[in-house]
Amino acid sequence: MSTATGTPGAPYTKKDFESDQDVRWCPGCGDYAILSVVQKLMPDLGIARENIVFVSGIGCSSRFPYYMNTYGFHTIHGRAPAIATGLKLARPELKVFVVTGDGDGLSIGGNHLLHVLRRNVDVTILLFNNRIYGLTKGQYSPTSELGKVTKSTPAGSADRPVSPCAFAVTAGASLVARTVDRNVAHMEAILRRASGHRGAAFVEILQNCNVYNDKAWNVLYDRESKTLHELRLEHGKPLTFGPADDRRGLTLDGLRPRVVKVGEVPESALWRHDEGDAAAAFLLSQMWAPECPVPIGTLLARQGEATYEDLIIDQEQRAVSDRGPGDIAKLLLSGDTWKIG
Amino acid sequence: MSQGQAGVVAAKPRRSLTRAVIRFAGDSGDGMQVTGEQFTTETAWAGNDLSTLPNFPAEIRAPAGTLFGVSSFQIQFGSQRVYTPGDQLDALVAMNPAALKVHLGDLKPGGILIVNTAAFDTRNLEKAGYATNPLEEPTLGDRYRLHQVDISGLTKKALEDLPLDAKEKERCKNFFALGLVSWIYTRPLEPTLGSIQKRFAKNMTYVEANTRVLKAGHAFAETAEMFGEHYGVEAAEMPSGTYRSMTGNRALAWGLLAAAERTSLPIVFGAYPITPASDILHELALHKRFRVRTFQAEDEIAAVTSAIGAAFGGAVGVTASSGPGVALKGEAIGLAVTSELPLVVFDIQRGGPSTGLPTKTEQADLMQALYGRNSEAPVVVLAPATPGDCFFIAYEAVRIAIKYMVPVIVLSDGYLANGAEPWLIPDVASLPDMEVRFRTDPVGFKAYLRDPATLARPWVRPGTPGLEHRIGGIEKQDVTGNISYDPENHDHMVRTRAEKVRRVAQEIPPTTINGAATGDVLVVGWGGTYGAITAAVADAQADGRAVSSVHVRHLSPLPPDLGHVLRQFRRVLVPEINSGQLVRVLRAEYLVDAVGFNRVRGLPLASQEIYDTIIQLLEEKR
Repeated sequence: MSTATGTPGAPYTKKDFESDQDVRWCPGCGDYAILSVVQKLMPDLGIARENIVFVSGIGCSSRFPYYMNTYGFHTIHGRAPAIATGLKLARPELKVFVVTGDGDGLSIGGNHLLHVLRRNVDVTILLFNNRIYGLTKGQYSPTSELGKVTKSTPAGSADRPVSPCAFAVTAGASLVARTVDRNVAHMEAILRRASGHRGAAFVEILQNCNVYNDKAWNVLYDRESKTLHELRLEHGKPLTFGPADDRRGLTLDGLRPRVVKVGEVPESALWRHDEGDAAAAFLLSQMWAPECPVPIGTLLARQGEATYEDLIIDQEQRAVSDRGPGDIAKLLLSGDTWKIG
Repeated sequence: MSQGQAGVVAAKPRRSLTRAVIRFAGDSGDGMQVTGEQFTTETAWAGNDLSTLPNFPAEIRAPAGTLFGVSSFQIQFGSQRVYTPGDQLDALVAMNPAALKVHLGDLKPGGILIVNTAAFDTRNLEKAGYATNPLEEPTLGDRYRLHQVDISGLTKKALEDLPLDAKEKERCKNFFALGLVSWIYTRPLEPTLGSIQKRFAKNMTYVEANTRVLKAGHAFAETAEMFGEHYGVEAAEMPSGTYRSMTGNRALAWGLLAAAERTSLPIVFGAYPITPASDILHELALHKRFRVRTFQAEDEIAAVTSAIGAAFGGAVGVTASSGPGVALKGEAIGLAVTSELPLVVFDIQRGGPSTGLPTKTEQADLMQALYGRNSEAPVVVLAPATPGDCFFIAYEAVRIAIKYMVPVIVLSDGYLANGAEPWLIPDVASLPDMEVRFRTDPVGFKAYLRDPATLARPWVRPGTPGLEHRIGGIEKQDVTGNISYDPENHDHMVRTRAEKVRRVAQEIPPTTINGAATGDVLVVGWGGTYGAITAAVADAQADGRAVSSVHVRHLSPLPPDLGHVLRQFRRVLVPEINSGQLVRVLRAEYLVDAVGFNRVRGLPLASQEIYDTIIQLLEEKR
């Protein structure tokens, strides 16, 4: 365990956030890139290392805290959002990250994920979505596509997948974003933004499991497919995608997105991305190739909403300022009492 | 007694009793719980010792008039120590036929029976399963001192000129019954009058109505020919001091507040609503000034894990539930065991399994508390003996959890939770010291470096520079806390976690023996059966029998001297409201031939049946 902290206030480097534990993910796992990016952006948060906590559940992604030289808690399957909520109630001033996966966050822990988002607890949630159970060696997950053939579904899965971003938008997260493990620059920008957000921030990271579900995200890995389908979201900008010589754009026909050729319609007719619009964010979360482009970036960002712990601590402070701090001796004597002897 | 009508009424004879057992019974919408609580307050004012047993259906508004919709409140009070709500009734108030049918069997022959005649109509009789009106048969009047009172009619009459509708007037009738019984037992009305003022402060018509009806019931009893005499119960001889009425759930909550104040730490209390534990959440939510942060979680698992997250953050993490909820928390309690974080879990036991009897009491979660988790997951288990004892147990639970970095389960039960007793208010300064020592020194820090006396690992608040570390549910190497799959280390850690719990034995005072330290029968109890056992043993001792009792408040670890105490008696009897759980532990732990007395009816044990069992055991040996 490294205890070298350097001078308080001295600028951190990436190295300050690397723990002394051997990283035990499979060679080639997408988690390595995510870990590296997170370690790299930590110094820029302007938060003292001791005030950062990583909380996780169970699964490959949930080993993450062991590799961060911050405070960390590797807990039980699915419960990291609830652990983090308790932690924030106790210590609202801490910067808390929750690292989870598609199984941990959307199957066994789906209920907790819903509630941490709707309460707007001030946590940054990173959901590594590889569409498979890796640690238990290859069963289909709640984000696996219908008909997925795995060890537990030799004839193909009969469950329809959940969209993590659609779930987060409708649950009430105040920031919802998507990025890709193989796009390091994009991932860094998105994670930086999410980390700085106050409130429940949810980032779906499309992540490769090269052992059990290799290239599940090939739509954004393969150079040609990526050029065709990747839609970069930028607030206030029209939604356009595709190769430079054949740009496409999106318009809205009522609540239905339509793909059009850029230039065939006036620019004012294109759908402009508005991060404050949850209904639009939901539409974006439903889009996928080949019918639609695949949006990456910030789908939704609502600023300035009170966090859960803000409201709770505010109630506490008002109680103290109105009536003074609690006094147990006085409380015991309050109400009906009587003397004997 | 007031002679308001200028001596029109001659004072009626007043007889002195040493104790009385009364039960108010009616529909769940009839206000029997409020009536009982008010009668309890009046009785506490009168200086009696007392014990109560609220008993209500799980349905919020069960269909009116049905047998399963009957709600009751029982109280025993006396001029001597009162240990239980009583077995058989001296007086029963039955507000409708269903209440009469359900409860009449518990009334002593010759006991006072007051019925609300207005409710004995064809429909209600039918719903209660009476083919004919029992009031019209001579047997009731022959067996009991039957008083037929048109409580509804008299209530309506008293409120004739008030601007209330018929329903609102009918709702006041419970206070007529209260006034009536208060006169019979010479209870002061002042506390109830005061509480009416407070309760209905926003509606003066309600204040007037309830006051009138209470006084009308009182005056009716004084005036009506049918009540030939009334009874006084002299004040009990109790230790001097200031008293208040205390229920177990409130006492648990206030014990936490005392711990919060003493430690200067915030408490994060995670809970999911469940009967009969929810009142702890309600009570704590009122006391934000103590820095208690109540969190109504999305489920039982989130309730306990939020508490664990808070403990990781350096706050006191507490969760409360009943048996079904504690079952759901099992895995998370295991996480607290292995991450060696302080955690307090209140289990307010109720009838089970599954949903079972949500509003009834039981003591059948002992094995769950001791062993109900995967693998080797030892925790500390405590159990309060009385409602007031819950205060000290809650405080003790926090103290042990913090000192040993260990989960502590407190086993209360539905009877303790809702039952009230007069409680001698303790001097807060006399509570044991509770020291919180967060590790702040980075030099030589290791996450699992243990205190040699307690084996506790250091408690570190995130935010402490230089102590950044990671813990989790995977097995750890001792001292460093690094992940370890080493077989010998795992064996060592299993033993260490057990030894840490065993060391809590050094906190347990010598066992208090009620009676001589040697003899024929030792009755061993735990939890809410304290009153019934103590009363039974007192009776046996009064007969000159060599019988003693001990009440175990520390169930894991057990008191270090308990084995020695058990061996000083020829027989050991363990009464429990389960199929024999502590008795099994004692037999395994100490190789004593202890026998159980077990009834699992959702009700407290009756002291009479415990007494009878003691006598049987004594006879067997002769």
